[in-house]
Amino acid sequence: MENLVQAALANVNFSAIMPSLVLVCFGMALLLIGVFSRRGRTTHIAWISIIGLVITGIYTYIDWVNPETQFGFAGHVAQDNFAVFFNIIFIAAAGLTILISDDYLKREGYPISEYYALILFSTAGAMWMASGTDLMTIFLGLEVLSISLYVLAGMFRNDVRSNEAGLKYFLLGAFSTGFLLYGVALLYGVAGTTNVADIGMYLSAHKAALGNPMTIAGMVLLSTGFMFKIAIVPFHMWTPDVYQGAPTPITAFMSAGPKAAAIAAFLRILMFGLPELHAEWGAMLWLLAVLTMTVGNFIAISQTNIKRMLAYSSIAHAGYALVGLVAANEVGLSGILYYMLAYTFMNIGAFAVLILAGKQGEENLTLDGFAGFGYKRPFLGVALCVFLFSLMGLPPTAGFAGKFYVFAGAVKAGYIWLAIIGVLNSAVSLYYYLRVMVYMYFREPTEDYSWISMPVGAVISIVIALFGVLYLGLLPDCVMEMAKMSIF
Amino acid sequence: MITINHYLVLSAVLFSLGTFGVLTRKNAIVIFMCIELMLNAVNLSFISLSSHLGNMDGQIFVFFVMTVAAAEAAVGLALMIAFFRNRESIAVDDFSLLKW
Repeated sequence: MENLVQAALANVNFSAIMPSLVLVCFGMALLLIGVFSRRGRTTHIAWISIIGLVITGIYTYIDWVNPETQFGFAGHVAQDNFAVFFNIIFIAAAGLTILISDDYLKREGYPISEYYALILFSTAGAMWMASGTDLMTIFLGLEVLSISLYVLAGMFRNDVRSNEAGLKYFLLGAFSTGFLLYGVALLYGVAGTTNVADIGMYLSAHKAALGNPMTIAGMVLLSTGFMFKIAIVPFHMWTPDVYQGAPTPITAFMSAGPKAAAIAAFLRILMFGLPELHAEWGAMLWLLAVLTMTVGNFIAISQTNIKRMLAYSSIAHAGYALVGLVAANEVGLSGILYYMLAYTFMNIGAFAVLILAGKQGEENLTLDGFAGFGYKRPFLGVALCVFLFSLMGLPPTAGFAGKFYVFAGAVKAGYIWLAIIGVLNSAVSLYYYLRVMVYMYFREPTEDYSWISMPVGAVISIVIALFGVLYLGLLPDCVMEMAKMSIF
Repeated sequence: MITINHYLVLSAVLFSLGTFGVLTRKNAIVIFMCIELMLNAVNLSFISLSSHLGNMDGQIFVFFVMTVAAAEAAVGLALMIAFFRNRESIAVDDFSLLKW
């Protein structure tokens, strides 16, 4: 009996999930601290969650320095460089989001302490998705992430838009989970295992199984589930509504962290589990990447609400990331990792400025609301310009380097047309990003923006995001080397 | 003689019924029930495949699916209550504020 316990513990190896373990412990502690705190006091909770993220970051750094891959839970999780790189993205996304949240929540009248615990839980779920090597772990990570996000999207209980966003996200999220699970069940039926690498080995050893309709159906259903989460056209319907209705910091978080997590798990499954079917999923993703970029960018043009415009732009950016996945070579895949990190900084940065520009109850999100903003608020104006330049993909910002690597990967793999369509799409996106700047600098100000205060957290967050965008844009080599070491 | 194929076909039929229900029904709770039907159809697939392959992974997966479905139900019903308090309805036709 004792031997059994020892053998089980040796298999578990908690050090493989140390970063997420720290987050979960902090999350549960925060729930308790929230109970014993005075109502409406959440500032200390925000800072404690930041401390938790810093400790998680330290453990992630230790994992990065340690060259050996840590396996845990009988091979269900692997803390390899790939997982560690994505952990860095999740920590950055969660940290920046928490920094911009505190003041916003107080302003809108929802100082809820559970908010921070839920962000930590969803970050832990994202980490399990990135490090999961078994479809079971990936599924559990996905659900921990999603269920926390359903609640976060519907956090503003008395705001009908937030209710609607939460409920829509929940119904479509649960619906997509059904597809994902059915895909898992079919692949399990073919290969007799849920371990991603074992499925890949089975398929390469049994070529006959490749033609089995169950394999193809399993791949398509599994991909559908992930595409809902990444918001790939035609499974993007929920995205603009949910992004618009959810509390703005949560929108920022959703477009960065969870999207990166779904891409991470999808990438691992495709590269490890289904490399034999590369011709099939490559063709499918080629078409979807083109559709996603084009639909996202063209619908974004017609938006007058900036939050909704950024939602469509985030669909388009998911399309750019797919380009790297279609290429499936070293440059393309490391390009995705780089791009997701860059996107985290530029998108959350842009949302941080939007949040500061709003007043209580009425968020200032229309284009007209930004007339003359750049002159009245020079720092915020310049910051927003840098983030928008980065979203467009102009040098010397992070967005340019990210897009460059992704498209270079596509060209190298022979997908010239895909790269051309991607570049043309970037040109289309100039229009709607530049329009915001035109309003900011070339329209007469109708307001003096005197209501804008500069809370410490949000300013720190904007400065970090600015630093990230410029550093990744000016000196891409160091991080690109990291990304290259992180892919398989 | 009932073979693995019978179970898989039944599971596929149940899954399709669930999908059809999600796409056509108007009441959020009915839609949620259809989603549960889809999940349970998948569970049936897992169990029958597990027994057919003679390996336990599928059955363990089912436990996790059930746990997750319970957690989802708790959160989902809470969201529906919050929506109902404000709109006095949970028909999906009333999810109408967010449109372009």
